[in-house]
Amino acid sequence: MKRFTLPPRAAGTLSPEVTIPTTRRRGIPQGSGGTLVLALILLIAVLAPWLAPQDPYDLLSLDILDARLPPGSVSSSGAFHYWLGSDAQGRDILSAICYGLRISLVVGFSATLLALALGLLVGLSAGYYGGRTDALLMRLVDLQLAFPSILVAMILLALLGQGADKIILALVASQWAYYARTARSCALVERDKEYVQAAIVLGIPGWRLVLRHLLPNCLPPLLVVAALQVAAAIALEATLSFLGIGLPATEPSLGLLIANGFAYLYSGKYWISLFPGIALLITLVAINLLADGLREQQNPNRSRL
Amino acid sequence: MLLFLLRRLAQSVLVLGVLSLLVFIGVYAIGNPLDLLIDPQASATDIAHTAALLGLDQPWWVQYQRFVLATLHGDLGTSFQHGEPALQLILQRFPATFELALVAMLLAVTLGIPLGLLAGLYADRWLGKSIMTGSILGFSLPTFWVGLLLILGFSIELGWLPASGRGETRQWLGIDWSILTLDGWAHLLLPACNLALFKISLLIRLTSAGTRDTLQQDHVRFARAKGLSEWRVIQRHVLKNILIPIVTVLGMEFASLLAYAVVTESIFAWPGMGKLLLDAIVSLNRPVVVAYLLLVALLYVVINLLVDLCYLVLDPRVRISGVSR
Repeated sequence: MKRFTLPPRAAGTLSPEVTIPTTRRRGIPQGSGGTLVLALILLIAVLAPWLAPQDPYDLLSLDILDARLPPGSVSSSGAFHYWLGSDAQGRDILSAICYGLRISLVVGFSATLLALALGLLVGLSAGYYGGRTDALLMRLVDLQLAFPSILVAMILLALLGQGADKIILALVASQWAYYARTARSCALVERDKEYVQAAIVLGIPGWRLVLRHLLPNCLPPLLVVAALQVAAAIALEATLSFLGIGLPATEPSLGLLIANGFAYLYSGKYWISLFPGIALLITLVAINLLADGLREQQNPNRSRL
Repeated sequence: MLLFLLRRLAQSVLVLGVLSLLVFIGVYAIGNPLDLLIDPQASATDIAHTAALLGLDQPWWVQYQRFVLATLHGDLGTSFQHGEPALQLILQRFPATFELALVAMLLAVTLGIPLGLLAGLYADRWLGKSIMTGSILGFSLPTFWVGLLLILGFSIELGWLPASGRGETRQWLGIDWSILTLDGWAHLLLPACNLALFKISLLIRLTSAGTRDTLQQDHVRFARAKGLSEWRVIQRHVLKNILIPIVTVLGMEFASLLAYAVVTESIFAWPGMGKLLLDAIVSLNRPVVVAYLLLVALLYVVINLLVDLCYLVLDPRVRISGVSR
């Protein structure tokens, strides 16, 4: 059987070829492919009104005669092609994807930012103040993390009802605990460092110390978590919308577009679901690759989990 | 050891208490409980009657006490639509979800751990790298989207497997099971694969990271220096050490499988309790939602307790510290 070679451990035993700094790849930084694709997706989302051949929210521009056309068909007015086909209302799938991306991204990013802010506040205060505050806040975090985020979000939506603001709230509620835990562990490490001790000796008030000293030093690892959570938030929103308890049907996100096509899958009209799904997939993979690259950059030696 | 058990049991009861309080606040204190608990089509006299019956004029701690007592007696309200007790409705659906989650978990363990081990052992080769890249894809793909692709590929295009329902079931212990018939397995396979995919990726990552860390530790180097066969080193010294975090995650993930089953069940029209919850949410059938929540909370606590018991068996260090404390 093949022997597995052991990576060298102590610095003294390293041969010159395998010193740790040189193992980092030079040239193209990790995750740049993901960054590029994500930039393109953001551009499409921002420029949707100018790029899309049709306004999918304008019911007057939809032609019911064009319903469920396969990809590549010409519209009945002859004005443009349905490159990716059309759905049951005669909506151009390509335009719907461009507009759906906007909603998915806005919901995903705003939920992540809010959750990040809340988690930072809770985590940093817990780590900095310690004692009872810490114990209480962390038990709350444990309780939250014990339940899968989809369950928390579903229960909240069941209590609150539907709507974009409510789904953002549900996403924040199901994700803040991840940031709180990371921020706390970071604050615990930073608290014992000399610059924080010096600041305490100088008599700087607690809130100022947390905001001006702990926050900037704890932000980098949290940004990696945030990058991963943006993808998770977008996927979760798509899932909830697909299940019919997320966003209202008037302004469909990617998840809702996929749900709309699900019924037609059995009759062979695959494009209504498939193409929005591919758009969602590309977005998620791009964000995950970007997050992976960010993590490698910050911590090249840690094994990937 | 007994002390350890008692301590864990006390903690579990405490967690359940806190959760019941949270559920109580969620349902009774936020918004008007009458809106939540009474059918909106009820007449005014009915509403007044029910309000008095539920004791909504009482202070909140009296109400909470009633709520807890009713829950302990197994009374979790009556479903609006079915007219049956909510708890009974959910328990009827539980076996379907349970067997789905069980098969998915088995799939995840039998595929995820060996693949993760390979990825860890051959971390710098193309094999390890391609397994890890595949697991990123498994993480990125939302469950519902994979389910859709599975239906599109295996049911519609190839026509190999059915896309909805439980198929033929057979009774065992007074409960219908799909895993006892061939037709049931045919129906079970696609949803189980769908549910398992995310867990397979998770287990690959966990096992591979654990393997890579363990391979560098002194006891493994020593075992190799002793001249043990590679297989024995992996089996006795690597696998045994990485098993502890895996068992923890498995326990938690089994519980989350039950929750994520909502998505899979709704795509494959699998008549489990997740589908029931979704229908209850859409139709504002609150007693069923509350009953589901409490039942899942109970399940979580029980599974956590079981995971702790597994520690006792797997890791002697826990046994010793549990006794000495």
